[in-house]
Amino acid sequence: MQLNRGITSTEEFEKAVALRDRATYVFRLYVTGMTPKSTLAIANVRKLCEKHLADRYELKVIDIYQQPELARAEQVIATPTLIRKQPLPLRRLIGDMSDEARFLVGIDLKPRNS
Amino acid sequence: MAKAKMVKTKHDDIAVLEKCPTGIKGLDEITRGGLPRGRPTLICGSAGSGKTLFAMEFLMRGAIDYGDPGVFMSFEETPEDLAKNFISLGFDLHSMMSRGLIATDHVYIDRSEVEETGEYDLEGLFIRLGSAIDSIGAKRVVLDTIETLFSGLSNTKILRAELRRLFSWLKDRGVTAIVTGERGDKLLTRHGLEEYVADCVILLDFRTQEQIATRRLRVVKYRGSSHGSDEYPFLIDESGLSILPITSLGLDYPVYNERIPTGVPKLDGMLEGKGFYRGSTILVSGTAGTGKTSLAATFAVAACRRGEHCLYFAFEESPSQVIRNMGSIGLDLARWVKEGLLTFHSARPSLYGLEMHLLTFHKMINEFNPQVFIVDPISNLSAAGTVAEVKSILTRLIDYLKMKNITTFLTDLTHFIGNLEHTSEEISSLIDTWLLLRDIELNGERNRGLYILKSRGMAHSNQIQEFLLTNQGIGLIDIYTGSGNVLTGSARATQEAGEKASEQVRRREADRRLREQERKRNALETKIAALRAEFEVETQEVHLMAEEEQKRQAVQEEDRLDMAQLRKGNPSAPQAKSSKKKRERGVG
Repeated sequence: MQLNRGITSTEEFEKAVALRDRATYVFRLYVTGMTPKSTLAIANVRKLCEKHLADRYELKVIDIYQQPELARAEQVIATPTLIRKQPLPLRRLIGDMSDEARFLVGIDLKPRNS
Repeated sequence: MAKAKMVKTKHDDIAVLEKCPTGIKGLDEITRGGLPRGRPTLICGSAGSGKTLFAMEFLMRGAIDYGDPGVFMSFEETPEDLAKNFISLGFDLHSMMSRGLIATDHVYIDRSEVEETGEYDLEGLFIRLGSAIDSIGAKRVVLDTIETLFSGLSNTKILRAELRRLFSWLKDRGVTAIVTGERGDKLLTRHGLEEYVADCVILLDFRTQEQIATRRLRVVKYRGSSHGSDEYPFLIDESGLSILPITSLGLDYPVYNERIPTGVPKLDGMLEGKGFYRGSTILVSGTAGTGKTSLAATFAVAACRRGEHCLYFAFEESPSQVIRNMGSIGLDLARWVKEGLLTFHSARPSLYGLEMHLLTFHKMINEFNPQVFIVDPISNLSAAGTVAEVKSILTRLIDYLKMKNITTFLTDLTHFIGNLEHTSEEISSLIDTWLLLRDIELNGERNRGLYILKSRGMAHSNQIQEFLLTNQGIGLIDIYTGSGNVLTGSARATQEAGEKASEQVRRREADRRLREQERKRNALETKIAALRAEFEVETQEVHLMAEEEQKRQAVQEEDRLDMAQLRKGNPSAPQAKSSKKKRERGVG
């Protein structure tokens, strides 16, 4: 009984890990109109996602000039802000995403202290 | 002020700095009208110094009293905590929000959640603030505490640039803003916010001195305006902040000639028969148990009888104890408390610092608007500070009361050591009328004596009166000063009784003499009457004799005439008759 349960939990854990690796990343990118920083951020996020998460990401770009109430709801202070909605936990990245290493750390694709 | 006036008079076209009243008690006086309108003001102070409350009150008073909607952007507290804090000041945040007077936004930032991946700006913050301002047409904005951003974001270079931009953006929007900042070690704020907010900086301080904490406020800087530059104590309680401006007091208070009775008729008599001047300061000093509180309570009751409000600060006893004890000398204080004319405030002087006491005085005075103000006793205040501090506090209190034309009655407990005519607080120069109660120890008795040490502006009595506490109230009796002795108490009574007895003896003697004299007079008068009667009788006899003599003569004459007729030889009378007849004939 005890042994059985042990095997089952391990299996479940491995399954979950496998699922996580294949999981779809859901991103929201909050920008402010077409400022240079905004356009640079959009381009950088697209490029990096294509490079590291091809076919398993979903990116939505939101202009908070158009929807200021979303800035409040999502606690956006700095712009551009990229929020990883899925998988949990929530991750926040700010800046124009020109630092690839920090971007990968920020979305947990790379360990923090590497 | 002078500077502003000069600008105004010389260049009428240049607008003088416009001010935005805060509605915080006292602050508008210190800043001569409020915070600079349309500009940001920095409020800095250490943790717990009241920055958030200050900001809240600014916003709420603006919305309620001046109709200025306001935005509260909180960087630390959640909206729920914020609402609780507002409730503690008596403001209902939710109802204010639903009425469109206040908008809040909670900005939350957690460094562990955030990864910085390049250049960024704080446009998100601007947009949120902008939309909150637009949603209610806000005129006032609070950012509490914006420095939290420094712990949430690591790129201080960007942050500083963005803060600079934020402050100029706030100016462009024309909102009057309060930015709070944590006190730093060397700088006013930990991150040097004062560098960006150049117009007005207010420092809040919370200091503990000899275990007594006092909040203080100082206007560090106010560009384009004069302001009070002292440290002002302030108070936070259920009705918000109150700041006490000291500099607004001076010696230019109005005076009145109205007199008010003291409650003890004999004491009125000692003061030209009219009592104290209204608005004057009265001090009663004396050693323990000389009846200071009784005199104060009598004065309070007299004020209530006239329908005036009386505020009674008891520093030694609880109100109920004062009421009970004064009942024993026939003063019904409870009745006046019930009628709302008498208000007690009891507190231990060591409860809080002197500044707080002064603030409490001011607050209570403004709340109840009394005509008579009693502090019993002021000597206990010295437990909360040094002599110089107590003196400064009392000077300010007395000046304030004089401004408001409130008659002040202070009692002071003096000690046996040293001079009685000396107050431990050295405030004698502030006092208009000074009554001294003292013990007179004589013949194994301890009696109370009262005299007037000074009373400005009136010809007061110089007599020492014996001060009696009876169940009918306070009585004053002239002290026995005859026979070169000063006697009080039973000695006076004995002396007076002895004098009364000898007086009676003397009076009886005098009465007796009077009666004797009366009797003598009566005897004399009887004698006079007898003599007069004798004289009358004699006179009558003389008259009678004279009459008889006349009659006799008349009879004799008649007889002679008869004789003459008979003889026809009386030459005189008939001759005269015939010649007359002849003349008549000749004419005819």
